[in-house]
Amino acid sequence: MGLQALFFYLFAFVAVASAFMVIASRNPVYSVLFLILTFFNAAGLFLLTGAEFLAMILLVVYVGAVAVLFLFVVMMLDIDFAALRAGALEYAPVGALIGVILAVELIVVVGGATLSPEIAKNSAMPIPPVTERTNTAALGDVLYTHYAYFFQIAGLVLLVAMIGAIVLTLRHRQNIKRQDVSAQVARTPATAVEVVKVKPGQGI
Amino acid sequence: MDAFISTYVWPAVIMVAQSLLLLVALLLFIAYVLLADRKIWAAVQMRRGPNVVGPWGLFQSFADLLKFVFKEPVIPAGANKAIFLLAPLVSVTLALATWAVVPLNEGWVIANINVGILYIFAISSLEVYGIIMGGWASNSKYPFLGALRSAAQMVSYEVSIGFVIVTVLLCVGSLNLTDIVNSQADGLGTRLGLPPSFLDWHWLALFPMFIVFFISALAETNRPPFDLPEAESELVAGFMVEYGSTPYMMFMLGEYAAICLMCALTTILFLGGWLPPVDFWLINWVPGIVWFVLKASLVFFMFAMVKAFVPRYRYDQLMRLGWKVFLPISLAMVVIVAFVLKLTGWSA
Repeated sequence: MGLQALFFYLFAFVAVASAFMVIASRNPVYSVLFLILTFFNAAGLFLLTGAEFLAMILLVVYVGAVAVLFLFVVMMLDIDFAALRAGALEYAPVGALIGVILAVELIVVVGGATLSPEIAKNSAMPIPPVTERTNTAALGDVLYTHYAYFFQIAGLVLLVAMIGAIVLTLRHRQNIKRQDVSAQVARTPATAVEVVKVKPGQGI
Repeated sequence: MDAFISTYVWPAVIMVAQSLLLLVALLLFIAYVLLADRKIWAAVQMRRGPNVVGPWGLFQSFADLLKFVFKEPVIPAGANKAIFLLAPLVSVTLALATWAVVPLNEGWVIANINVGILYIFAISSLEVYGIIMGGWASNSKYPFLGALRSAAQMVSYEVSIGFVIVTVLLCVGSLNLTDIVNSQADGLGTRLGLPPSFLDWHWLALFPMFIVFFISALAETNRPPFDLPEAESELVAGFMVEYGSTPYMMFMLGEYAAICLMCALTTILFLGGWLPPVDFWLINWVPGIVWFVLKASLVFFMFAMVKAFVPRYRYDQLMRLGWKVFLPISLAMVVIVAFVLKLTGWSA
């Protein structure tokens, strides 16, 4: 237990400190790198609670794909972030308000669950103990067996979003040459080569 | 106090010793993989390759190591110093960290975790950061172009690698690498009534995925013919232009550690890990680690031969292959494999 608590405080401290550095560092690339460090420590916290599947998915999806694109964009931007940030403190009250709302919501959720035992009983799918079912399999049960239709609908929503993004950015330009691989592969000597008999001294 | 030592200190000492042993073995293996890569390449081109240091050039990699270490590291004036030096460290650390979950034999694994394959997938998807950070921190145009190319390339091919892994997992029913190997003890061959042999391994039952995985592994590790991030005819040396001496060596070490990992992963997923190829007393007597290393070396031989024969892809062809060929094939195979397993009741 002592070791687990030690690791919890380590991950939690680094997560909070690097989350602070995300907004405090001057160079936006540093901000993204600190964001990645925050994700890493969040994955560590997931591991400590025994949710190893979520920890790995957090790394694969957020660090391996989303943050890469993020880093990309930030590296390509040529904006003076120091100037942008000059008046940032004016927005501090708004940020504080959002923080307070989030904190209150968290307290309501956590407090409600601990104060009224019915809520805990009402949950349709109790989490099976780790010894019976690994949490990867338990998540699979919930997503693909018990709530398969909802999962499919969520997938359709994402599909619509993807089609929307493609429609917004796709444009067919007319006067450019495109490679048609199947046409190239389908070429035969009969269609590609023309043999011309040239008489000496005449040219074509 | 005794309880503290027996619960925390002793396991920690054992784990550190195991990790050091694996690390030393791995680094030695990488030294000879590097030499083998150069020798095979040379043999295909009818050259001799490195043959001066030691008998048949066997100590060439160690001579290279000493040369890199004793040279002066040069950091460009316009570079972002911290990230410039962090990038090779990230690349080599991540590449070596994946080996913690690789089982080399029954029970020969440092961390036998339930989500082993996901761990490898997660860490190898982070390897792109070493390249992007190095390319950006160099503050120079060719490194940055190389970094951009490689980020797009590695993210694209991870998608098809992910789907290939999903098809294997459908057949196995577990994310643990040891379980994945053990599940290949029986398979297609034993279902047809043959004794346990190499026909049971996934390479035959999932042959299209084996090919897709092999090619995606080449692209994911930036091996030729997909070495666009360091295409010397276009980008000088890509993201490594500004690097020299030890940092450069660390990039190379990370790259080869990732290549060896992909060889080991191909062995585990498709070639039956440490399982012997046929059920025969003399062959069963050979320890599993020998089979594992032989199979991984065979996969590496194929990697090296591809490097020697195949010309480099053009960048748009690389993207076309990843998104328009491999992604549909692997998606379709996930569905087909799932249907076959469900209808025949073969799933674990």
